Amino acid sequence: MSEYRIQGATGEWEVVIGLEVHAQVTSQAKLFSGAATAFGAEPNTQVSLVDAAMPGMLPVPNRECIRQAVRTGMAIDAQINKWSRFDRKNYFYADLPQGYQISQLYHPLVGEGYLDIAPDDKDPENTKRIGVERIHVEQDAGKLMHDQHPTMSYVDLNRSGVALMEIVSKPDMRSPAEAGAYVRKLRSILRYVGSCDGNMEEGSMRADVNVSVRKPGDEFGTRTETKNVNSVRFVMQVIEYEANRQVDVIENGGTVDQETRLFDPDTGTTRTMRSKEDAHDYRYFPDPDLLPLELDDAFIAECRDSLPELPDAKRHRYENGLGLTAYNANQLTADVDVYQRFEAILAATAEKVGKAEKDVATQVANWVLSVAPGVKNALDDADEGNDTTAANAAIIALSAAGTVSGGQAKEIYEIVLKTGREPDEIAETEGLKQTSDTGAIEAVVDEVLANNADKVEEYRGGKDKLFGFFVGQTMKAMKGKGNPAIVNEILKAKLG
Amino acid sequence: MSVDKATVAKIASLARISMDDAVCDAMVPELNQILEWVEQLGEVDVTGVEPMTAVIPNTLRLRDDIVDADPLTGGGVREKVLANAPAPEHGFFGVPKVIE
Repeated sequence: MSEYRIQGATGEWEVVIGLEVHAQVTSQAKLFSGAATAFGAEPNTQVSLVDAAMPGMLPVPNRECIRQAVRTGMAIDAQINKWSRFDRKNYFYADLPQGYQISQLYHPLVGEGYLDIAPDDKDPENTKRIGVERIHVEQDAGKLMHDQHPTMSYVDLNRSGVALMEIVSKPDMRSPAEAGAYVRKLRSILRYVGSCDGNMEEGSMRADVNVSVRKPGDEFGTRTETKNVNSVRFVMQVIEYEANRQVDVIENGGTVDQETRLFDPDTGTTRTMRSKEDAHDYRYFPDPDLLPLELDDAFIAECRDSLPELPDAKRHRYENGLGLTAYNANQLTADVDVYQRFEAILAATAEKVGKAEKDVATQVANWVLSVAPGVKNALDDADEGNDTTAANAAIIALSAAGTVSGGQAKEIYEIVLKTGREPDEIAETEGLKQTSDTGAIEAVVDEVLANNADKVEEYRGGKDKLFGFFVGQTMKAMKGKGNPAIVNEILKAKLG
Repeated sequence: MSVDKATVAKIASLARISMDDAVCDAMVPELNQILEWVEQLGEVDVTGVEPMTAVIPNTLRLRDDIVDADPLTGGGVREKVLANAPAPEHGFFGVPKVIE
């Protein structure tokens, strides 16, 4: 991969990027209380007295949140700390009723791990290893709304106390593309593991983007941190903007301030968020309400045993076990929804045609990745409920048996999506079948050849191109329903 | 370890406690006495002793992932949560406009 450089007046600059990703842990209840976590509830209806920091309330950790963070750590091959501890991060803000966030500064649950990323989607084997420093578990804050009242801000504490994993990368990324690939890969792994739904629009996953610049080979420069960036595209924009801004600052004789910045999606720029006087001093200390978190071997074993096949392993199995191309394997394994659909249709198709999965895998892959989406996207009245595994498998089976042509398969799928009828019945009733009856095809071929004796002479005289003409005439005579493979075969035999 | 007036003022500001000069002056020796008292613990030789978090052997208890299992620590208590708020509006806490 080519190296990403900022062209400055004084030469080339390298960009150094680290990401802190906050991922909301998938759980029914909050990290330290029994209040629900569901998105979109009425304000303050999912707030317990614990989350509202009423005096005397004590936090009790949710086992599932710990379990999901441990499983996530295992999925990135990270060290799991059997002994970890919660600390208080103290600051005042209207969205933080406790006056501190319970987090893990000194002894995080998960230590060092890594992700292998492929910055170029088309070249999945060309990977770079990005280190992960740690994953710790912490509470989310509430939500503030500033635009509902002229002089007041409104506070909704429904999010307050929801479990987050903070996944901190090492400063190993060197371009917007690498950072984008990192976020996508991390999102994919979280969704495979089931520890976070990865929904960036709803705020289930957001990134703090640390950027600095340096002359290649120099020491790290001073970094800025841009908070709460909530899409892959925005992460890349922040890096691009910040890197150029910092180069300008330095080349104009200034210095980059270590500061927190905010991203404005409307302008694609960042601006200072907090002034220096206000520099945060969090006075971390161990939370006296919580004993250290100690994990036993049985807990850890259950976490490990419940991990699914992960994206890289699945991709390799698709290539080596199912014989798919690297590109298809990569496309199919990038997201949970896609691979689950593929595997369901693959299993159903293999069973229907009575072959091994690897013998129908390529056909199913092409169907899932290209043919089916092509048909579906062209329709505006498709009913998702009709797009069943059984219907897809039935169509692929018809196609595999040569009963229907590629074009007919698409037509049948279109009818299935609109009506929910059975593919076999559609093929029968709508005449969407091709003829594979060799006797019938032979009869037509004989007629075509007899009617075009002159062309047959020319063909036999060496005019090979005429083969296409005979195929066309035969198909025309059969109203397009001849199995092309058999038509070709018979023509070849007859023409000698 | 001891604190000076500037440190006391800073801690007060971080804790959002308003303290005038006179109170601050009085607080310096008070805090230093507390620190000195706690520092007596430094006389104990703890070489090779693991730091402990409690004097009785106990481990952190975990809760099952069940919503509102215990009504005392569950949600759905908006009335209670907002009961002491000075300016609740439309189910929200109303606070002076804070925007950075």
